[in-house]
Amino acid sequence: MLVAASLFGGVAGSHLGSAAGIDFDREIRPILSEKCLLCHGPDDTKGGLRLTGLEFASKVLESGERGIVPGKPDESALVARIHATDPDEIMPPPKKGKPLTGTEKAKLKQWIAEGATWPKHWAYANLAQPPAPAVKNAAGVKNPIDAFVLAELEKRGIAPSPEADDTTLIRRLYYDLLGLPPAPAEVERYRALIAADREAGLSKLADDLLASAHFGERWGRHWLDKARFADSDGFEKDNGRPDAWRYRDWVIDAINRDLPFDRFTIEQFAGDLLEKAAPEQVLATAFNRQTLTNTEGGVDQEQWRVAAVMDRVETMGAVWMGLTLTCARCHTHKYDEVTHKEYYRLFAYFNNGDEVTAKVPASEAKWRQWETAMAKYQKDFDAVRVRAEAARRELGGRLPEWETRARKWIADAEAAGQPAFAPIAVEGFAGGKGVALAQDKDGSIVVSGESPVTDTYTVTGKLSPGTVHGLRLEVLTDPALPEKGPGRAKGGNFILSEIELSIAGDPRSPVVLTGAQADFSQAKFDVALAIDGLAKSKTDKGNGWAVGGKTGQAHEAVFVFAEPVTIGKATGISVKLVQNYGEQQTIGRFRLSALTTPTPLTVPAPLRQVLAKPADQRKAEDTAALLAHFERLDAKTWSVVAELTAFDKPPAKPEMTVRVLGERANDRRETRVMRRGEFKEPLDPVTAGTLSTLPPVQHRAERGDRLDLARWLVSSGNPLTPRVVANEIWANLFGEGIVTTLNDFGVRGERPSHRELLDWVAAEFVGKGWSRKKLIKTIVTSAAYRRSSVHRADLIDIDPKNRLLARQNRFRVEAEIVRDISLAAAGLLSTKVGGPSVFPPIPPGAADVNYNSAFKWNVSPGEDKYRRGMYTYFKRTAPHPNLMTFDCPDSNVTTVQRGRSNTPLAALITLNNDSFAEAAQSLSARVWSEIQQGSPGNDTVRLARAFRLCLAREPEKAEIERLTSLLETSRQWYRKNPEAAKQFAGTNPPKDVPVEEAAAWTATVRVLLNLDEFLTRS
Amino acid sequence: MTPLESSILLSRREFLTTSASGIGGLALGSMLTADGVLSAANAADPAQFGELTSHSRARAKACIFIYMEGAPSQMDLFDPKPKLNELHGSKLPKEMLDKARFAFIKPDSATLLGSSRTWKKHGQCGMDFSDLLPQIGSCADDLLMVRSLHSPEFNHHPGQLAMQCGVSRFGMPSMGSWINYGLGSASQNLPGYVVLTAGRGGSGGSSLWQSGFLSTKYAGVLFRNQGEAVLNLRNPDGLPPELQRAGLDTLSELNRMRYQEVHDPEIASRIANYELANRMQTAAPELIDLAGESKETLAMYGVDRPEPEGKDLRGTLPGLRTYDTFARNCLLARRMVERGVRFINIIHASWDQHEDLDRNLAYNCGVVDQPIAALIKDLKQRGLLESTMVVWGSEFGRTPLGENRPGRQSNTGRDHHPFAFTMLMAGGGLKGGLTYGASDDIGWSIAENPVDIHDLHATLLHQFGMDHLKLTYRFQGRDFRLTDVAGKVVKDWIA
Repeated sequence: MLVAASLFGGVAGSHLGSAAGIDFDREIRPILSEKCLLCHGPDDTKGGLRLTGLEFASKVLESGERGIVPGKPDESALVARIHATDPDEIMPPPKKGKPLTGTEKAKLKQWIAEGATWPKHWAYANLAQPPAPAVKNAAGVKNPIDAFVLAELEKRGIAPSPEADDTTLIRRLYYDLLGLPPAPAEVERYRALIAADREAGLSKLADDLLASAHFGERWGRHWLDKARFADSDGFEKDNGRPDAWRYRDWVIDAINRDLPFDRFTIEQFAGDLLEKAAPEQVLATAFNRQTLTNTEGGVDQEQWRVAAVMDRVETMGAVWMGLTLTCARCHTHKYDEVTHKEYYRLFAYFNNGDEVTAKVPASEAKWRQWETAMAKYQKDFDAVRVRAEAARRELGGRLPEWETRARKWIADAEAAGQPAFAPIAVEGFAGGKGVALAQDKDGSIVVSGESPVTDTYTVTGKLSPGTVHGLRLEVLTDPALPEKGPGRAKGGNFILSEIELSIAGDPRSPVVLTGAQADFSQAKFDVALAIDGLAKSKTDKGNGWAVGGKTGQAHEAVFVFAEPVTIGKATGISVKLVQNYGEQQTIGRFRLSALTTPTPLTVPAPLRQVLAKPADQRKAEDTAALLAHFERLDAKTWSVVAELTAFDKPPAKPEMTVRVLGERANDRRETRVMRRGEFKEPLDPVTAGTLSTLPPVQHRAERGDRLDLARWLVSSGNPLTPRVVANEIWANLFGEGIVTTLNDFGVRGERPSHRELLDWVAAEFVGKGWSRKKLIKTIVTSAAYRRSSVHRADLIDIDPKNRLLARQNRFRVEAEIVRDISLAAAGLLSTKVGGPSVFPPIPPGAADVNYNSAFKWNVSPGEDKYRRGMYTYFKRTAPHPNLMTFDCPDSNVTTVQRGRSNTPLAALITLNNDSFAEAAQSLSARVWSEIQQGSPGNDTVRLARAFRLCLAREPEKAEIERLTSLLETSRQWYRKNPEAAKQFAGTNPPKDVPVEEAAAWTATVRVLLNLDEFLTRS
Repeated sequence: MTPLESSILLSRREFLTTSASGIGGLALGSMLTADGVLSAANAADPAQFGELTSHSRARAKACIFIYMEGAPSQMDLFDPKPKLNELHGSKLPKEMLDKARFAFIKPDSATLLGSSRTWKKHGQCGMDFSDLLPQIGSCADDLLMVRSLHSPEFNHHPGQLAMQCGVSRFGMPSMGSWINYGLGSASQNLPGYVVLTAGRGGSGGSSLWQSGFLSTKYAGVLFRNQGEAVLNLRNPDGLPPELQRAGLDTLSELNRMRYQEVHDPEIASRIANYELANRMQTAAPELIDLAGESKETLAMYGVDRPEPEGKDLRGTLPGLRTYDTFARNCLLARRMVERGVRFINIIHASWDQHEDLDRNLAYNCGVVDQPIAALIKDLKQRGLLESTMVVWGSEFGRTPLGENRPGRQSNTGRDHHPFAFTMLMAGGGLKGGLTYGASDDIGWSIAENPVDIHDLHATLLHQFGMDHLKLTYRFQGRDFRLTDVAGKVVKDWIA
């Protein structure tokens, strides 16, 4: 193993320096990082020596010497000091750090003697797309990726493995791009296409899979690991975040539409700061709202706000820069060139990003439905509006005629004497349940019986022939009422919320009432409120006419018609007294009569003033007021206008509130360096800025913001982001990155196995418009990707970790996918994409390990029980154990690289867990329904079907034999134990199959769901 | 032995001992030793594995960490403060208040709250315990009481993370994970790190037994109080053991065929782990089956004790049977130690007594006093205490001030207090009968020998034979430790 490791070191080193010379990156940089930089680094340059680049290290020191003189070790103070024997002279000082070994001293000296070449750390070096090297095996080159890989293999005389067989390739692509097993029919179809034209067939397969909506799920989940996505707050009570899923939908959608990675970055960092930001772009900033929240009693809010901002900085470091910035919270990074101050300069970009909410469409689909509904609504509404406008124009032409009539009403009123009233012949009356109304001999109506909190009285009767100008309501005392009334409430009051009346045969019913006058109105309960059109609404709890303060005596009110009504014969009238206020504020005794004499109230006072003005002095609003009044009285106009008014409200926007970031406008926070990362110990103020080892940032204004930062991350000059991101995409397709430490591109990380290949892929990614799909297509069509993953004895010693890629890798699928593929093979999986999180079955008690008893895990009904694992509700303090046992990240901090453990606890899940037992039952049922009885003794055919459903391939003879033997053993047992058979066959056993047979099949096919081959992407 | 067989063997040892990958920052020389051990260990007792890879002589082989979630009141249990009783009702000097933080106390009107407990000196050493813990008191000569711990965290969940993982950040491995990563489990058939709970869940949930950046295989495995002991331990309904076995045999054969074709050692791992899973199916029920325990033992721990009456007690819920569960958990812990489980975390919630302190404390002490005393005595009489470290503690302690939350009639509880609190330890090569460190007269701050959480962790690892500076794991380019960038072994504790 050691031999292999050192040999491999040689592989990586071969790109740098001459074969004979010292390799700076491998041999010198680690010495400087670990033993020198603490005192001679970017923060501290003791004696004037800074060992972060030749331009610094070769300067004249305080002592007058030079630390390093290239090619001249004897003139270099560094060499002298490391070889010194005086304890006051020797470097590193014995008290400060570990001494240099003899070899290290020799290497430093040799390196200086060789000219002290000091290349920039490979990850920070400028990015250019290197030309593909020439290789002997030109036929093995499908695209430049292969040239880089083959060049290294050929150097060592290693032959690459052959291409994997078609079925393996199809299955590999399905697992990698969709995380789902291919259905047998799909395997057939693509095998045929590949057989017809290998390259075209594989290309078509890749294209089809990249176009599938499940691609966004599969690759979205990779991204959600980085986003530390979860459905709950994280700390203590760990409250739910019901809107969290909306960001997950955004990710799935963005990846499905192949939102270029630069825009993908910008929107998630600073979607809110884009010009005319669309709701979806604001939503994208929820990336940085996945940080934890602490709502425990007595927490210092500032402490946790700072913690969240730090998390944002460090997540950016890990995901985009492959750098651990956490160290620099407290002190300048020991190894990588990140100073304490630079950390807080990055912090400054996020420091004024406030945790706010925004409204966004609840989902794309609902939004589209709404847009359709809204368009229809608009069309219908416009049609009515056009008619109403025409009617109003026509009414405008008739305005003079109206005015003449109105003037006549006013003149009549001025000429009229004492008002006169005619009784209404009451024919019927009714109140609420249990309320008794009776007519007294004086024509009044007396109310008794139940006294509900609110009530509406309806009185019908006949009006005598003549002209009616209004309606009088007398409220009367009665000894039976509290305080003699006239109301039924305690104290004798009432509140008339609204009065409405209709006259039989009159098209203008309900009659428009323009004026109201009472002998007395209680303060704030004016009689006009009884004709305000508001019987009860959100803003009006049923206010109306009341007589508080003067109860115990009779009162009267007159309600005037907007237009006198003339009738030739006795005509029916219906009056409604609405009393909605509550508190039993209803009338106890009343009488109705008709006003038969003209009154100026017929025309409201403001209109009377308008009518008094000469025509040439009228303003537009005067005319408009007249028209608005008259249109209510003109049956022809009003029917259309009423239609318009009655038009339903437009359909409500399907919006929801989501947690996002918003830039603080006022009272902006100043950012200061924090001593040892302690928020209560601020030091010097800093401005926003990036790392000095990388190209400079461009700020749009004086102070930089998140948008500037995001653009810098994906700017053309920044070599780090493309390398880190392309490497991560690569790792998802090979199981390992070209740089195996996906989250550490610093000097302590692993170096790329193929440096030029990494640069080619990174440059290709940027060059093809940061398209994730295009890069994936390029990678998966390479010969390197397509190789067999069978391990090779000849490589165990030379390249045990397969870094040279002579073959593909095999690796277990992720936590969510373990269940997805089982459900899919069983035919249970719901293929619904997106939407709120779901609650699949969970073992009892597993959801309750956090003390917040308000949280309940209620298993989702219907197909939501069988959704893909990525939709499982993720409660941070009590995540689903099936996920965690298979290395799902805890999502408290960003995860760039998942573990792949292999444990007995995981074995117990696929063997015994209810969800997997159910999958085995369904798989057995599926096999029976797909291979109909008919051909007797078709165990082999059914087993073969199960094989194809699970593994996409035909079984070997030996495999069939083993499984048949298990099937037979199981049959015998279940025939003797029918009760157990019933239990094990489950609730949905195959139709028309004896239960013993179903149980035996379940016991057999579950083996397939536990096979290494099934759980492994090969 | 064929390559497959040796791979299977290796994989099993990998899970059981984890040594191959389990020595983070040790020098290359040790790595080679470990490799040597691995090949020699075919016949060797895996239990000795840990000692071979350790940095110094290991005194402890197992740890039982009894975690009292919520912060018990030290001045009502372990640290008598006559001066506090004298000053009951008076205000705290302003300079003390200004430095302090509170969750719910209003500092301007807060007054000191004396303890209503009576005290007794126990054992030959004369260790103080209040009247609520007479039975633990009877173990005084085996106990190390540390009265001078302090925590950097003020709130529960961060404080719990600091106590369990050394750092209050998420994503860090817990103590039990570190120890298993360093030493592995000595058990053939059981996980090396087990979590037992009684009462309602804690506020930290599963984050308290997380493995952080270490592999999931080092995470604590929650043994449950309902249903099966370990998740998915039981065969699916209707599947008899013989068909489980037959299925596993077929699975193993098919996996072996696959191995012959693709030669991936990971397949060997899988075969080994399915076998282990099957063995765990027998071993775990055997472990939790107390039928083999004598009547005397069951009675000593208080198994099947009746749950006392008591309404509205913090952390209790109807039907929880905390008295019985906690007693069982203590007995289970001993059985696990006997079977080679390396780290057992017994969690009981909640001790967060912001109000009605006396009644709640009496109830909780009733839960834990007898079983913990029984555990210590039982381990001792079986000769296991010397190699088993028992730790009793929490995230922090409680204030000497009464909690005068607005709207409260009287001050009957105490707020959080991370500046000075008490923990107990026993066994594992630590001194018995020692009271270490001191708080000031009213229990506000530390008067003598302050102990950082990192010091506690460093000492604990030391007793397991590990140097806290060397037990490291490189993640994102940094060599992480349980003790972060601090910690010193408290030599005075070591016997």
